[in-house]
Amino acid sequence: MNSVGTNIQRQEAWDKVTGRAKYTDDDQITGTLHAKILTSPHAHAEIRSVDIRAASKVPGVKAILTGKDCAILCGDVIEDRPPLAAGKVRYFGEPVALVVAVSEREAMEAANRIAVKYKPLPVVASPSEAILGDAPLVHENLKKYKKAVQDVYPEPDTNIADRIKIRKGDMAKGWQESDVTVEASFQLPKSDHIAMETRAARAEIHPDGQVIITASSQAPFSVKKLLSKSFQLEEGKVTVKTPLVGGGFGGKVPVILEALAYLASKAVDGQAVRIANTREEDMVSAPGRLGLEAKIKLGATKDGYLKAAEMTYLVDTGAYTDIGPRLAKAIAVDCTGPYRIENVWCDAVCVYTNHPYATSFRGFGHTSYTFCVERALDQLAAALGTDPLELRMKNAIIPGDTTPTQVKVTSSSTGNLTACFERLGALIGWKEGARIDLGNGIVRAKGVSGFWKTSNSPTDAISGVLLTFNSDGSINLNSGVVECGPGMKTTLAQILAEKMKMDVSRIHVKLEVDTQVCPEHWKTVASLTTFMAGRAPLKAAEDLIEQVKSIAAVALKCPTEDLEVAEEKVFLKQDPTTYLEFKDLVHGYQYPGGESVGGQIMGRGSHIMSQLTTLDHETGRGKSGPAWAVGAQAVEVEFDTKDFSYRLVRAATVMDAGKVLNPKTSRGLITGGMSMGLGLGSREAFVYDGSGRVENTSLRTYKVLHIGEEPQYLVDFMETPQVDAPYGARGIAEDGIIGIPAALANALSTAARTELNQLPVTPESIWNAKTGGKL
Amino acid sequence: MIPMKFDYYRPDTVSEAVKIYGQLDSEGKRPLYYGGGSEIISMARMNNLDMGAVIDLKGIPECRELKTDGDHLVIGSSVTLSDITEADLFPLLSKACGRIADHTMQCKITVGGNICGTIIYKEALLPLLLSDCTVLIAGAGHLKKVSVHRLFHQGLNLSPGEFIVQFLVEKKYAALPYFHIKKTKNEKIDYPLISLCAVLEEGSFKLALSGLCGFPFRSVRMETELNRRDVSPEERVRNAVNLMPGPVLNDVSGSDRYRLFVLKNTLMNLGKELEG
Amino acid sequence: MFQVIGKSVISLEVNEEKRDVTIEPSDTLLHTLREQLGLTGAKPGCENGDCGACTVLVDGWPIKSCLMLTAEAVGHRITTVEGLKNAPIQAAFVENWGFQCGYCTSGFLMVCHALSQIHPDAEEIVMEEWLQANICRCTSYEEIRNAVNVILHCSDSP
Repeated sequence: MNSVGTNIQRQEAWDKVTGRAKYTDDDQITGTLHAKILTSPHAHAEIRSVDIRAASKVPGVKAILTGKDCAILCGDVIEDRPPLAAGKVRYFGEPVALVVAVSEREAMEAANRIAVKYKPLPVVASPSEAILGDAPLVHENLKKYKKAVQDVYPEPDTNIADRIKIRKGDMAKGWQESDVTVEASFQLPKSDHIAMETRAARAEIHPDGQVIITASSQAPFSVKKLLSKSFQLEEGKVTVKTPLVGGGFGGKVPVILEALAYLASKAVDGQAVRIANTREEDMVSAPGRLGLEAKIKLGATKDGYLKAAEMTYLVDTGAYTDIGPRLAKAIAVDCTGPYRIENVWCDAVCVYTNHPYATSFRGFGHTSYTFCVERALDQLAAALGTDPLELRMKNAIIPGDTTPTQVKVTSSSTGNLTACFERLGALIGWKEGARIDLGNGIVRAKGVSGFWKTSNSPTDAISGVLLTFNSDGSINLNSGVVECGPGMKTTLAQILAEKMKMDVSRIHVKLEVDTQVCPEHWKTVASLTTFMAGRAPLKAAEDLIEQVKSIAAVALKCPTEDLEVAEEKVFLKQDPTTYLEFKDLVHGYQYPGGESVGGQIMGRGSHIMSQLTTLDHETGRGKSGPAWAVGAQAVEVEFDTKDFSYRLVRAATVMDAGKVLNPKTSRGLITGGMSMGLGLGSREAFVYDGSGRVENTSLRTYKVLHIGEEPQYLVDFMETPQVDAPYGARGIAEDGIIGIPAALANALSTAARTELNQLPVTPESIWNAKTGGKL
Repeated sequence: MIPMKFDYYRPDTVSEAVKIYGQLDSEGKRPLYYGGGSEIISMARMNNLDMGAVIDLKGIPECRELKTDGDHLVIGSSVTLSDITEADLFPLLSKACGRIADHTMQCKITVGGNICGTIIYKEALLPLLLSDCTVLIAGAGHLKKVSVHRLFHQGLNLSPGEFIVQFLVEKKYAALPYFHIKKTKNEKIDYPLISLCAVLEEGSFKLALSGLCGFPFRSVRMETELNRRDVSPEERVRNAVNLMPGPVLNDVSGSDRYRLFVLKNTLMNLGKELEG
Repeated sequence: MFQVIGKSVISLEVNEEKRDVTIEPSDTLLHTLREQLGLTGAKPGCENGDCGACTVLVDGWPIKSCLMLTAEAVGHRITTVEGLKNAPIQAAFVENWGFQCGYCTSGFLMVCHALSQIHPDAEEIVMEEWLQANICRCTSYEEIRNAVNVILHCSDSP
């Protein structure tokens, strides 16, 4: 009875095709009040006055809050962000006021009538401008801000929120050993998650002080802790509920609307208040994906062995840090890509600008630096006159090598990247040539990229699972993991079913998270759920099995070590026909005479991250995550050399999954990531006007990939087990995206015979790069 | 959610529509005629409109007509873009309408709405400009027929209270060899960098363009240049590109110079296509 | 002349049932379906007609309910995802892993269902044109393409 390795559809699948699946804002509860935000029309401006008199007169208005009404600062790393702007606004779209009214229409009407006077300030429009000595300061009081963690190093009176340094090996030696060097600069714009469900939250405060929050969140336990901390609430009095989440991609990790909903409810004596972002608010007011500027210098011997890398990454965290310093850290930790380089110098700097702020996004910074490294590798291959795929295989990281933070890698911790590259070459037909002229000005071109990714959780992140039995012997699985699309709860059921040797359909998963009832799961992020939350049911299963056996041993009058568990039965190893069924044991065993022993059997399992360390501030030495997922990707395009337009033909990913737990779900996660990567590579970017205002704030002008534009997808997996992971399975949910923009830009650079070092690559940007904008 | 309130009227006849417009207008309700309504709703949601009432024209039978009548095609203003592509009575118009917004939106957007809204592209107008069609317009106390070129020249000429009832297209235009191309930034469902409709009539091109300037246009001067036989195709195209009737758009979809580059390429292809 | 002036009670035909609702004439159909009738299968993904998550059928044709006034829908047949009674496309989506988070699914199902009713023999290009009205952010569209090809008589995809 195998569950692991088979195609098990999501437990909530039929709810999702009948309209019955409920998301946060689908509970239409009569009597709930509605809250709306008013946002800043400026990227950087002093707030001279806020006049709410006209707005207060709109019928139905219950309360209006401004920055003055909530003088606190929030932040996961540096406490720098007010829930509502106070004194000044730092980005276009920043919430300035909050209206609570009986109906949404009245709340919107009142928000429109709030008169705010601004005095525009000079705008910090890019990270490279931000670090100039005379740049305006986004945060004048940076040095006074409280740090929420120990290991962050803001530089007072600058726009630098953190700097992570990697100093590995001996740079002088590295350059000396290099026969060939290449240098290039890269620019990647900010963009957005575009989860189809916009962020939403509801809050209610009971007379006894209990705070009930319902939120579309990837981190309900963070909501609970942060609200408790920010508003001095007893943690046990804050309950956070998260039903199904309509896509997260990292965007629903930060705590934003939950705090506003709480403030709104508090302003109306605890009545229930809902707040939901419009798409425009969700794109610009709420945080999006980081921007990046980078300079990379690589050195290699003439036979193609990498010897030195010097890299500066400027992470555009926007107006607030949120998780920005950790994005910079993640970039530093894996800054070279999955390649063996003994001498590495890297500064990853988290920089404030007057852009919308950044938070986690699928790939957690890896997609961005991978673009730079992989584009530089193609330029190095050209300088060496060597094949780009061969160059990567020659330098691919193998057991015994060390990472930029000087962790020695093993087969278990990284898998087999070389095999991934080999398989990728075969899948995409690399040998037939990277650039093929099809005639009539059309060429077909391929580009490749490697990738790796580890996680950057706190060193003490935890996850737990509780199991109870129904009287028919089936199991209820209760975990704090949020179901936001990847089917993680179903995966947990598979892991448990495999361990219990029972049918997965007999495991019932509680889909909604309720922080009062569910054991904590740190956050549903970082592709860590399989690893962290997946180890918990294994332990919980052991706990169950031990209890089931001990009561069965009494009933069957045998030692526990003679018993085995499978198919909801406990049986004698030596005589499987002697058995008891779970249903007769798990709520207590009753002798024929009626006397009962045992009781309810409940299983518990938990996992805490181990062996992780913070990074040494001077050298970066340290261990950030338990393992790496590695892989290789390729994109093939058909390019029109006359008008610079292109079509996506094929895209391929080969990654070492350790073990594929659910083939169809795994493929879907990888291709979904690839699709998003193709979007980032080809079209997704915020565009600003001269004053730092985002110009494309809706899906009308901010384009994501639609059906019909996707390439043919090729996906394959290697299975080198990660020995400390459930059934050897690595986290893979984010990874499909990581190398795709790089592979796309490599393919198009080869096709157009020009170096495309900025994203997104559009026909116009190729035309510009190729012709300088000639008609 | 639309933050404002307004009333809704769906008249059954042309005269009822004109009458209620007059009445609401005199009451200070700032009424708007309403076709598919997609633009009105999206603008109202963003607070960019301020009307007290909408008058939905979809209940008027004449506005819903789509048929052949003798040597004319009759296209009611409230016919949806999807009705047009499904019936396919005028293939070039079908092609142009089939690339406005997306298919589901085409089930809502009406041909009259696309032309009379604030959207600057008005791609449904291009085939109508090429067919020199007649437009039936209703207003207070009148029902008049005007040439499409009178209705639209770098802007819409409708007086307050007037609305389009029908477009009347001579059938012969629907049978001409045609060419339609829409170029976007990178995503198929998008505003045009350029949208081009052309027909070949008695050996000469006629050409209408959208996406280049702040209005769609047909340029006889460009057509004349492109139809010259005494100079090379490259030179004809170069000369035609210099005859833009207004400033070229420069926005998030594409820069002005890039639009001209795309136009140049497209015109070169057009030459090959229509001559070949 | 049909008219709705100020807050009014009107009748809609939704999923083959007559339903009375109280509306403002400026209410969108999406808003009424969700808040008055509890039919929350249609989702507010953008309220600007760009994402397709709110798609319902009006007289059998796909319509973005965020860009239709409730008043406009009077006299027309409305079908929401809740009104699909074991339509083949539902099973096809389940069997082909046609969704992850599920938020865009109702909209996709309505477009696919309408297509299968109106053009059951639609070619790939027509299928793409219809489905380009919707955005899925989780899948790569490969699974959705597989699902819709099961119900159309055009399984000629590569």
